[in-house]
This record gives sequence, C-alpha cells and structure tokens, in this order.
Amino acid sequence: MAYKIIVCAKQVPDTNEIKTNPETGTLIRDGVPSILNNDDANALEEALKIKDAFPGTTITVITMGPPQATEMLQECLAMGADDAILLSDRALGGSDTWATSNAISAGIAKVGEYDIIFAGRQAIDGDTAQVGPQIAEKLGIPQVSYVKEFAIDGNEITVKRALEDGYELIKLQTPCLLTAIKELNTPRYMYIKGIYKAMKHDIKVWNAADIGVDLTTVGLKASPTNVFKSFTPKPKGAGQKVAGDTDKELAVNLLVGLKEKNII
Amino acid sequence: MAINFDDVKNIWVYAEQRHGKLMNVALELIGEGYRLSREMPEGTKVCGVLIGAEEDVKPLEAELFAYGADEVYTLASPLLKNYTTDGYTKVLFDAIEDIKPEIVIFGATHIGRDLAPRVAARLNTGLTADCTRLDIDMNNYINFLEAKTTCNTKGLTPDDPKKALLKQTRPAFGGNLMATIITPRTRPTMSTVRPGVMKKREKDESLTGTAIDVKVNLTEADIRTQVVEVVKAAKELVSLTDAEIICSGGRGLGGPEGFNLIREFAEKVGGVVGSSRAAVDAGWIDHSHQVGQTGTTVKPKIYFACGISGAIQHLAGMQTSDCIVAINKDPDAPIFEVADYGIVGDLYKVIPQIIAEWDNADALLAAAQK
Ligand SMILES: Cc1cc2nc3c(=O)[nH]c(=O)nc-3n(C[C@H](O)[C@H](O)[C@H](O)COP(=O)(O)OP(=O)(O)OC[C@H]3O[C@@H](n4cnc5c(N)ncnc54)[C@H](O)[C@@H]3O)c2cc1C
Ligand SMILES: Cc1cc2nc3c(=O)[nH]c(=O)nc-3n(C[C@H](O)[C@H](O)[C@H](O)COP(=O)(O)OP(=O)(O)OC[C@H]3O[C@@H](n4cnc5c(N)ncnc54)[C@H](O)[C@@H]3O)c2cc1C
Repeated sequence: MAYKIIVCAKQVPDTNEIKTNPETGTLIRDGVPSILNNDDANALEEALKIKDAFPGTTITVITMGPPQATEMLQECLAMGADDAILLSDRALGGSDTWATSNAISAGIAKVGEYDIIFAGRQAIDGDTAQVGPQIAEKLGIPQVSYVKEFAIDGNEITVKRALEDGYELIKLQTPCLLTAIKELNTPRYMYIKGIYKAMKHDIKVWNAADIGVDLTTVGLKASPTNVFKSFTPKPKGAGQKVAGDTDKELAVNLLVGLKEKNII
Repeated sequence: MAINFDDVKNIWVYAEQRHGKLMNVALELIGEGYRLSREMPEGTKVCGVLIGAEEDVKPLEAELFAYGADEVYTLASPLLKNYTTDGYTKVLFDAIEDIKPEIVIFGATHIGRDLAPRVAARLNTGLTADCTRLDIDMNNYINFLEAKTTCNTKGLTPDDPKKALLKQTRPAFGGNLMATIITPRTRPTMSTVRPGVMKKREKDESLTGTAIDVKVNLTEADIRTQVVEVVKAAKELVSLTDAEIICSGGRGLGGPEGFNLIREFAEKVGGVVGSSRAAVDAGWIDHSHQVGQTGTTVKPKIYFACGISGAIQHLAGMQTSDCIVAINKDPDAPIFEVADYGIVGDLYKVIPQIIAEWDNADALLAAAQK
C-alpha cells in the first residue's frame, strides 16, 4: 500500500537566539537564523519513515508564509519530500490561528486527496499549538495531537498520544490529522542527492485566489483574536537574602517565604 | 455569524476530570473565573462545565461548588467515559451554542489544548493559548503592565473603549515576548490557561449552587477515534524544559557524589536535576542535565542553584525562571544578583534542612504569621 501524505511546516526564527529590546518591548530579529520548526521536522520525519516502508508513498509539504519560506521548503525536499507548496499572499498576512487554518485547509483542499496530514504540535514562535487541530476541524477529519508513537496497517492507524502522566493508545482510520511531538522520532539530515534534487525542484507558489479562499476569513482584519499589546517582562532586580543564624533557620525562612508568595 | 452581545453572559470553566478526578487546574480556573465574574456586570456567574460518564462527573459537582462555582453544567453520557476529541467537541459546542456563555476558559493541559482549538474553530471564535494572566478591570491591568513589564501604558485609561473585554496575557517566542490578546468581535471569548498559575479559592463545603443537567446529543458514529487504553506511566523522566522545579548543582558540590544530595533534594520537591557546565566538564553528570547557553534553556516555577556561581552563560539559560533560589557560600557570588531568595551558606548543611522541613511548609507559615 502506498499513501498520500501532507506535512504542514512552518518557518520560524530560532527562538533560542532571539534577544529582546527591553526599552521598546520588541524582538531583535536581526541575524537570527530562520529554521524549520522543531516539531515539524518530527512530522516530516514520520512521513519519510512511512515512505521508506511503503514505496510509492508521496509527501507534499505545505507552508504559509513570506517568499523566503521557500528556503525551508527546499530543506524539506532535500530530506526527501516529493513536492512543496508555498501559500503566500499579502492578504494572508497577520492571520491568527483561526485564519491561518482557513488558509492552510483551503490549500490542502486544492492539493486534493490525502490519507494522512502531519503537523507539528506547536510552533516555537507563536507557541499556540492550535493550528493543527483547527485545520482538522476545517477539513472535517479526526485528529490526534501529541503523537509520540505511530503505526499503520492498511487504513488503520494506531498511535500513542502523550499525556502529562502517561499516554492514551488510540486507533483511527485514514484520512486524519496527527500532530507530532519530539518524542516521536529523530529527524534525519538532508542528503547530498536530495539537496541536488531540491535545487532543481519547482516549488509551487499559490496566492489567495489560487486556493479560492474566502477573503473575509483570512488575514489580520478577519482574525477573531487581535494582539492588544506586546511587551517584555521587566528584568528583575536582585531579590532578597534569606535571614537566619543557623542552617535550620535559613531553611525555615526560605520555605515560609516561598509558601507566603504561593510559590510552593 | 452575527452575535448579539446582549445575549451572552457568564464565565464557563471547562472542569477537566480524568477517571472521576478533577484536575487541579479546573479548581484554579474556578477561582480565577470567580474573581473575574465579580469584575463584570452584576449577576455574572462562574459556571463549571463537567463532561464525562455520569458516575465519574456527578460526584464532582459538590467539589466545584465548594471551590466557588455558582452553577455547574453537567454533560454526561456513557460515550463520554474516555476523552475523545470528537465526542467532547460535539457536546461542548452544542452546549455553548445553546446556552451562550460570554467567556469559556480551559486548563492548558494536553486535553485542554486538544479540545479548545477544535471547539473554537467550530464556533468561529478566537482562542488565546496558554495564558498566564487574565484581566477585565482596566486599572488592575494597567498596574500590572507598569509594575511587571516594559510596556508603555501611555494612552491606556480606565475608560478605554476596550475596557469590558477580557485581556488575555500570554508568553510567546519561547518566553522572550509577552502579548495581551483580545477577542473584540466574536463570542464567546475563549482561552486556555497554564496550570499552576491561577489561585484556587479556599474550599468551603457549605457552599452550594445550581446543578444543571444538559441533555447531550451524541451517537457512537460521531466518535471517529477509539481509545484502546489509557496508561498511567510510572513517573517518567521529565525533561528539563517541562520541569516545574529544577534543582541544579555546580562545581560547589566538590565531586560527583554531590549529585546524590541534589537527586534526593529533587525527589523531595518533585523536581528534575540540572547542572552547570563546570559539573558536566568535570564528568560528574551527563551533558543532558546542563543548563545554560550551550545547554538547555529552562523556565521552571522554581530554580534552585546550588553551588553555582552564576556565570553569564549559565544565567542565559535560567534567568527567566519564575523564582530563583541560590545557595552559595560566597556572599558576593553573581548568582545572588538574580536570585529571588539567596541563602549564604554551605549547601551540604542547608539542603538537608530544606529537605527535612519541606513537607511542613504550611505549618511553618502558620507559625510565622502568628
Ligand atoms: C505574540 C503573539 C501571540 C499570539 N497569540 C495568539 C493566540 O493566542 N491565538 C491565536 O489564535 N493566534 C495568536 N497569534 C497568531 C499566531 O501566532 C499565528 O496565527 C500563527 O500563524 C500560527 O500560530 P502558531 O505559530 O502558534 O502555530 P501553532 O498552532 O503552534 O503550530 C502548530 C503546527 O501547525 C502548523 N502550522 C502553523 N503555522 C503554519 C504555517 N504558517 N504554515 C504551515 N503550517 C503551519 C505546523 O505544523 C505547526 O507545527 C499570536 C501571534 C503573536 C505574534
Ligand atoms: C562559550 C561558553 C559557553 C558556556 N556555556 C555554559 C553553559 O551552557 N552552562 C554553564 O553552566 N556554563 C557555561 N559556561 C561556563 C561558565 O562560564 C562557567 O565556567 C560555569 O557556569 C561555572 O560553573 P559553576 O558555577 O558550577 O562553577 P564555579 O564558577 O566554580 O562556581 C562554584 C560556586 O560554588 C560555590 N561553593 C563552593 N563550595 C560550596 C559549598 N559547600 N556550598 C555552597 N556553595 C559552594 C562557590 O562559592 C562558587 O560560587 C560556558 C562558557 C563558555 C566560554
């Protein structure tokens, strides 16, 4: 059996490298590298493993973003994806998760048939973890989020869904959407032949008209959530030294302080 | 879908339960919902919403009242015994459409963050993720911005036209940036809230409220996933990034055996063991424990730095922890400059005392307040 797989991937700034300007409360993005979102690399890796096991399987990576997101798509092709689509249009800019999922699900509908959609659980910039489930809702398909183990047999998928204190073992049928967490696998590197292939590959770029999305459901203006203010936490000054003459007094005074402030 | 804002009222809290036990965050959100409801037009109620099998959820109504819920809506069916995205989304969506709450909040648990986006998308309303603060009152909000953030509050006044909106504050970009999100045009306003941030109210068993059974309309065919089993893992090794408490040791431990004390400490407080690079370089502990610029960046609720001097590369990885406790025998160690609680002392003497007294903290506070 061969499968048709779609992977949703986002290009994100490496948030480990980001600095903030406390004066203006803004991010300093200069010189911060853009990367394939971490969980999305796990999403793509799982698709590639299926392709390894079931030759004939095809993987299409889809992203919504500015033109430079093609760099990330090229990386996905070099890892082994078969096709890549960039949804790019000013009309899509400023979308919240509701509007983002409207655009991406319209893009997926244009791609056509699929058995499995993989997304990452969470993007490291927006940090909402909402887009995966919301795409599934727009497409009317079942979802499992926080997937940490995956197996497929014909049309039946068995996954482990991570919980805070264990996991759920879940069975479902294709088509469906799964969101990947880092425990799912270890992403592979690009390979030389893949890089060469990726350079020659045409990345499809679709605008809002191409995907036929209703313009009243995408972009900043259509988004139900708005950023009202954004800022950085005040850098904290030195705290207090704990008083006490003996080691026991020091320990007791620390615990009283932590308890008083509801920290423990 | 046009909404009449006059039709919506009350705050709903999704009272997440697993196998007949309420999640802590459900009670925290009842407390927060109670607080917010009292800042809203008179008569606004905080309502718990229970979803599950009847035998699991019915006994929880009293607990929600005891923690401050004015009303409890119960959505029960044998088909809701286990959490499924499809089943829970359908019944919650139907109830929201029918009863029209103004605000719906969820714990940002693995279940809340699965359910809430799906429900919000079906309702075509906004959802704010993983909030750490909620405000209605504009004065409180302005005070918060001025005291705790770098935000310029010029132009924000208590009579701001947005004053009645729920202001949902959340970290993004890995905690580097904070944003306040509003949902101006659609209802309900929905958010998920980080567990452990909001405060429960004091339990009062004498409190009661109105319990309302909501008829659910659900068939087996509505649920497209099958939960084969739910497995509770023996406390899995938690990663540093997810840990709520981290106990880190540095060169001040003096040798690899020092980590035995740090492990004992971590076990007592329910934390995870971290370290400085010096301890890793000395071969006392594996690199996977290293916090800092070339290790892991962490933001736990409490970071205990034990025998760590506070080099800039270490600070880079833990500076934004909610609360930093430093134990170091050098009063001039730079770690004290970022510590909320600094203890000048020998870690081998102080940590055993903290371990011994940890479980008595309630009593110690009560004694201190006398
Ligand atoms: C500071 C700040 C706070 C915000 N808070 C909110 C909020 O609370 N609620 C809200 O609705 N919006 C919010 N937004 C907007 C939100 O970040 C954007 O809508 C963003 O496009 C998607 O959200 P995310 O990055 O959180 O993705 P997530 O939902 O975390 O992403 C999950 C997965 O969905 C897929 N995916 C996400 N985006 C794309 C994409 N562009 N292309 C392809 N696949 C994708 C990936 O597989 C990804 O791993 C906020 C934006 C900012 C700047
Ligand atoms: C490029 C680069 C990257 C780096 N990345 C990292 C990184 O990711 N993480 C990191 O941690 N470091 C990193 N470092 C190293 C960093 O500069 C420091 O050398 C290191 O953090 C020091 O570790 P320490 O605090 O454990 O040791 P020290 O600086 O030696 O401090 C030990 C402390 O223990 C105290 N002490 C001693 N005995 C006791 C006792 N009995 N009780 C209480 N206190 C006691 C001492 O007073 C002292 O303050 C990096 C350095 C470079 C150059």
